[in-house]
Amino acid sequence: MYWQPESECMDREELEQLQLERLESTLSRVYMNVPFYRKRFDEVKFNPDDLRSLDDLKKLPFTTKNDLRDNYPYGLFAVPLRDVVRVHASSGTTGMATVVGYSRNDIKTWSNLVARILTAGGITKDDVIQISFNYGLFTGAFGLHYGAERVGASVIPISSGNTKRQIQIMQDFKTTALVGTPSYAMLIADTMMEMGINRNSLSLKYGLFGAEPWSEAMRKELENKLKIVATDNYGLSEVMGPGVAGECMERHGLHIAEDHFLVELINPQTLEPVEPGEAGELVITTLTKEAFPVIRYRTRDLTRLIPEPCACGRTMRRMARVFGRTDDMLIIRGVNVFPQQIETVLFEIEGVAPHYQIVIDRKGALDETTVNVEVSESIFFDEMKKQSELKETIKKRLAGELGISVEVKLVEKKTLERFEGKAKRVIDNRKF
Amino acid sequence: MLRIRNLDAGYGTLTVLRRVSIHVKPGEIVTIIGANGAGKTTLLKTVTGLLRAQAGEILFNGQDIGRMPIERIVMNGCSLVPEGRQVFPAMPVRENLLLGAYVQFKRGNKHDVEKDLDHAYTLFPVLRQREHQLAGTLSGGEQQMLAMARALMARPKLIMLDEPSMGLAPLMVKEIFNIIVRIREQGNTVLLVEQNARSALKIANRGYVLETGRIILEGDSEDLLANRDVQRAYLGREQEGN
Repeated sequence: MYWQPESECMDREELEQLQLERLESTLSRVYMNVPFYRKRFDEVKFNPDDLRSLDDLKKLPFTTKNDLRDNYPYGLFAVPLRDVVRVHASSGTTGMATVVGYSRNDIKTWSNLVARILTAGGITKDDVIQISFNYGLFTGAFGLHYGAERVGASVIPISSGNTKRQIQIMQDFKTTALVGTPSYAMLIADTMMEMGINRNSLSLKYGLFGAEPWSEAMRKELENKLKIVATDNYGLSEVMGPGVAGECMERHGLHIAEDHFLVELINPQTLEPVEPGEAGELVITTLTKEAFPVIRYRTRDLTRLIPEPCACGRTMRRMARVFGRTDDMLIIRGVNVFPQQIETVLFEIEGVAPHYQIVIDRKGALDETTVNVEVSESIFFDEMKKQSELKETIKKRLAGELGISVEVKLVEKKTLERFEGKAKRVIDNRKF
Repeated sequence: MLRIRNLDAGYGTLTVLRRVSIHVKPGEIVTIIGANGAGKTTLLKTVTGLLRAQAGEILFNGQDIGRMPIERIVMNGCSLVPEGRQVFPAMPVRENLLLGAYVQFKRGNKHDVEKDLDHAYTLFPVLRQREHQLAGTLSGGEQQMLAMARALMARPKLIMLDEPSMGLAPLMVKEIFNIIVRIREQGNTVLLVEQNARSALKIANRGYVLETGRIILEGDSEDLLANRDVQRAYLGREQEGN
């Protein structure tokens, strides 16, 4: 099932023409309307009239989160504020928030692009869709909300939190699709089990999860616990919000809406393009945004492009699930470590609950990493021998995966913090 | 059907169009809107070969027509209805139409010409009434119809219209645009250049906004109609809602 088959299954040559046309008009507009971009282009002596191919985009400088902050709040808007019908902002956990705006057409495009990923994830107008993302300045909830309405599904805008009530509503309203972060979906699933609710009393069929990186193992766990088909979707507020890319039923990579976004993958250190098929940082240029276009925006998200055609018939290229963020990347004893690597290992081990925490301390000149892992009650109260065996197994597997040795601490169930939004699983106590 | 990439064009050392890229798919009506002097006519002249591109590529059904002689471009199925009609005033309507069939004679299809004439008269009944009248005696609207009928006599695949509504009374404008829709329904593809942005966008599938020789916006017609910049610059008033 497709939402916009003429676009999603577009001939690649036709797509390239469309991308070129849209890139050229976007560059003309930002050069005319956004002083920041005009200055940046002038600095590298780039005249938008000189762009002759998609490849010429490489002559332009990158835009970063810092550029967005420096122009807080409205400095990068390409239309007057009176043409903006919506403003969203990112949380600003690591500094000042960044603000983005949408014109009426932007909201329409956004709705359609989310409708694409919902349709690809199995949703039709017959579905009852529970949106357990936090409604507010964060783009996740509204994006999915618009897309679901566009498809014609029945939307329950429940927002996040109050997990028992979520489950109650899921039962009473016969929710067929759950939308939220994967970590919150996991909390809902666990709470359901504790409440002794039989999964078969629910009508749930689909889960569309995003807004944080998650592993394949976590997908399996969610699919088993909730008896759903779970798909991954990707987006970020600086670029639009959800709808940038999403999985189809093949569940092997996320189709990028390439008719609206031009993507590049770069090596985050050298800033050079990576070899085809290699992993790198995703860089996005918007092709149709009116109010808040971005040119070569560094997403900090690490992924890989899958150039092979997909069995679903969509011609839009896929990206592998985001396996980390350049700013989530931990450098422990000089080795690059991503939290998702640890998650993947933990999920593969019997008797380990899908809740963990990574704590890093510096003792003298050395980094010491401890992974706190929740284990099932039976193991926790079991004899010491079994416990230490499990601990050794986890340590060995982690060392094999990461290339460094870490401490492992087994903790009782439900001792680690739970998250209703994006999970925060790393505690870095090092001072640099 | 038509694919233009990075077209630079102009007159002598003067460059009017700067890296213009557009495309038209079979069966579409695509419109190019823009103010006077934006380069709209220059664009159509370059596609028909009346002007040569300074740089860039023009593909018509996959074939590069950028260096092709005009008559071969027309022969390939690309016809222009020029700005200001350009009918032959001292010739009767019928002869004007037969001149349009020139390539049909060259193609060896002269037996089809009578049928095509009849078809043109069906599409534009007023031309049948004026068949033997000199073209110069027709009203502006009738001359526009004649120019369109003449272009159709070449049996084009793509018909390009340059400001068909120019100088016409509102009622006549409406009729001309209705006929453009009918031309598309009969299997033609239309590239329409217009200052009358609202009427053009209402019948087009997609549109491009040309400003001082550059495409600054492209999109589905309904999205362009809803764009506030387009509303301010080309639709003459700010619309609320949509």
